[in-house]
Amino acid sequence: MTVESTAQRKTTRGGSKRTTAKKASSAKAKTPDNAADQVEQDQLVQLLTPEGKRVEHPDYAIDLTPEELRGLYRDMVLTRKFDAEATTLQRQGELGLWASLLGQEAAQIGSGRALRDDDYVFPTYREHGVAWCRGVDPTNLLGMFRGVNNGGWDPNSNNFHLYTIVIGSQALHATGYAMGVQKDGADSAVIAYFGDGASSQGDVAEAFTFSAVYNSPVVFFCQNNQWAISEPTEKQTRVPLYQRARGYGFPGVRVDGNDVLACLAVTKAALERARTGQGPMLIEAFTYRMGAHTTSDDPTKYRADEETRAWEAKDPILRLRTYLVAEGVVDDAYLAAVEAESEALGKRVRETVRAMPDPDSMAIFENIYADGHALVDEERAQFAAYQASFADADAVAEEN
Amino acid sequence: MTVFEKITLSKAINASLRASMEADPKVLVMGEDVGKLGGVFRVTDGLQKDFGEDRVIDTPLAESGIVGTAIGLALRGYRPVVEIQFDGFVFPAYDQIVTQLAKMHARALGKVKVPVVIRIPYAGGIGAVEHHSESPEALFAHVAGLKCVSPSNSSDAYWMLQQAIAGDDPVIYFEPKRRYHDKSRLDTEAIPYPLHKARVAQPGSDLTLAAYGPMVKVCLDVAKVAAEEGKSVEVVDLRSLSPIDFDTVQESVVKTGRLVVVHEAPVFLGTGAELAARITERCFYHLEAPVLRVGGFHAPYPPSRLEDEYLPGLDRVLDAVDRALAY
Repeated sequence: MTVESTAQRKTTRGGSKRTTAKKASSAKAKTPDNAADQVEQDQLVQLLTPEGKRVEHPDYAIDLTPEELRGLYRDMVLTRKFDAEATTLQRQGELGLWASLLGQEAAQIGSGRALRDDDYVFPTYREHGVAWCRGVDPTNLLGMFRGVNNGGWDPNSNNFHLYTIVIGSQALHATGYAMGVQKDGADSAVIAYFGDGASSQGDVAEAFTFSAVYNSPVVFFCQNNQWAISEPTEKQTRVPLYQRARGYGFPGVRVDGNDVLACLAVTKAALERARTGQGPMLIEAFTYRMGAHTTSDDPTKYRADEETRAWEAKDPILRLRTYLVAEGVVDDAYLAAVEAESEALGKRVRETVRAMPDPDSMAIFENIYADGHALVDEERAQFAAYQASFADADAVAEEN
Repeated sequence: MTVFEKITLSKAINASLRASMEADPKVLVMGEDVGKLGGVFRVTDGLQKDFGEDRVIDTPLAESGIVGTAIGLALRGYRPVVEIQFDGFVFPAYDQIVTQLAKMHARALGKVKVPVVIRIPYAGGIGAVEHHSESPEALFAHVAGLKCVSPSNSSDAYWMLQQAIAGDDPVIYFEPKRRYHDKSRLDTEAIPYPLHKARVAQPGSDLTLAAYGPMVKVCLDVAKVAAEEGKSVEVVDLRSLSPIDFDTVQESVVKTGRLVVVHEAPVFLGTGAELAARITERCFYHLEAPVLRVGGFHAPYPPSRLEDEYLPGLDRVLDAVDRALAY
């Protein structure tokens, strides 16, 4: 099977322009207007082609300075490096698990850089690139994957909530937070990240309902990376995901999730809508999970190499670099500097993770309640006494 | 404010919500039908009229959505008081309550607080249809990160709700719906009793009955009948189910030597089981009889024509009292 035909099969599965056009023409006799409408809407919003060619879109313009363009490139390279380091650290036994974002850098950096400081982010467990944009130290993300905590950063320091592992739960938190923003009369926006798998969760559907009913300033950013562990998007939906929004009464748009410029432009527009009282919006970033679901997963069991290779040709970093080099926005010296910075980041990540101590065993009893709880106090005291009962034996062992 | 010699439990809750909303502009009331209608039990009657739609929020009919958005509002600095319409309808929200609400403070290493109060009208005795009479409290008390309380009278209903709202932890507040129209005394200027402390509702010396919520009245009636038979029964109103005030129960059992725990919830793995284990451990040499339990059966809540048989009533509790005293 050629790369091209595999790519075609894959995009068919995701409901691409090509497939939908076919569906649309068959439905034409009944609902010609809707069918035509659908053909148009199923087009990906794209500002940078996989070949690195800049194209315009009638609804989503973007004009970035060379410095901003270089920044996006640097963000993506460093995020990918961090991610690769984490995967390696898991293989070395330093992390219990890692959920790689490989392939989704443009979706995350593009949307992440669209945010204002006062906006608030509710991530899944894979938003390492968004965390980077928010200024969360990447090494803080690793605590939960090493097993020393369940979330090692202060959500309010960077307006970046803790990673949420239960699929889709955070869409409701984002909606509630956005309802609070509304009540405060603030013009901040909230963004909820989730994936194609989460689109099947009731919580995501309920978040759509609540945000639509209250017209809350929340952007739903769905990274459709084509796979929910082993299940392709077609096991989650019969229509392209962005079209779900229409049923709830707010707009949905599909953007090329491997195009950082398009992701940035579309997310900026959605956030602006939210800020100006126009309510929620759904963005479906059409992308691909290049790696395994997590380090515990084995994608060879359920998907073909050809498919992955076809998506390699759409790599988000490669296309931006091609464009930036062609435009003379970056030179070899700049690329080398980013490379060096990336190596240094990798080194820092390795060293920091290896130096992360196991928490004190009494941490089990910490922060369960804000105002305390008699049972926790009792069990803490009992466990401390139990541990202390070994003190004499330890002392003897040391003497010997 | 004032002393009510006779106020219904539901009106006491209404007054409590009103007091909390007046005291703190961040307090919100949200749930299905809580606004215009004032809730299906009218507990929130008039609140939307007085505090506006922005603070008394009629929500879409989606329990997970209600609790999930309440969590988000709490993260933004609000203090949502959520109403789940009936006990049996809480389960769509169970995931949000257990995986998110209960754990978020710990997960954030204490850096965020989620002061959400979830009011659940619970338990039976009102002749309702299926899913409207359940007692799921053990399912919540079992979860670290949650606190669970249940008032048995108007004064506790008034104070405990305000204390729950003022605290920084998530609290499930179980309202004994068959007591909504029971009247008792409320002094809104009294010094409130600690939220998680049990109270001796009726002193006695021969046997301790421990109960909470709707069963406290049954136990007080039992104590009266037993007294006529020359038996002195002490009734402890637990009030809080997480944490449970074992000290007060222990103190009582050390005195009486006998404990019977009474609740509507199924006995198996319930509050009574926990009390039996703890009290046996703490009072082994003071016990004259094993700890007995009276409660629901390991059966779905029955059709309402059978609920009088299913629910612990005067006779079933007296039977357990007699059995305990016979050891």
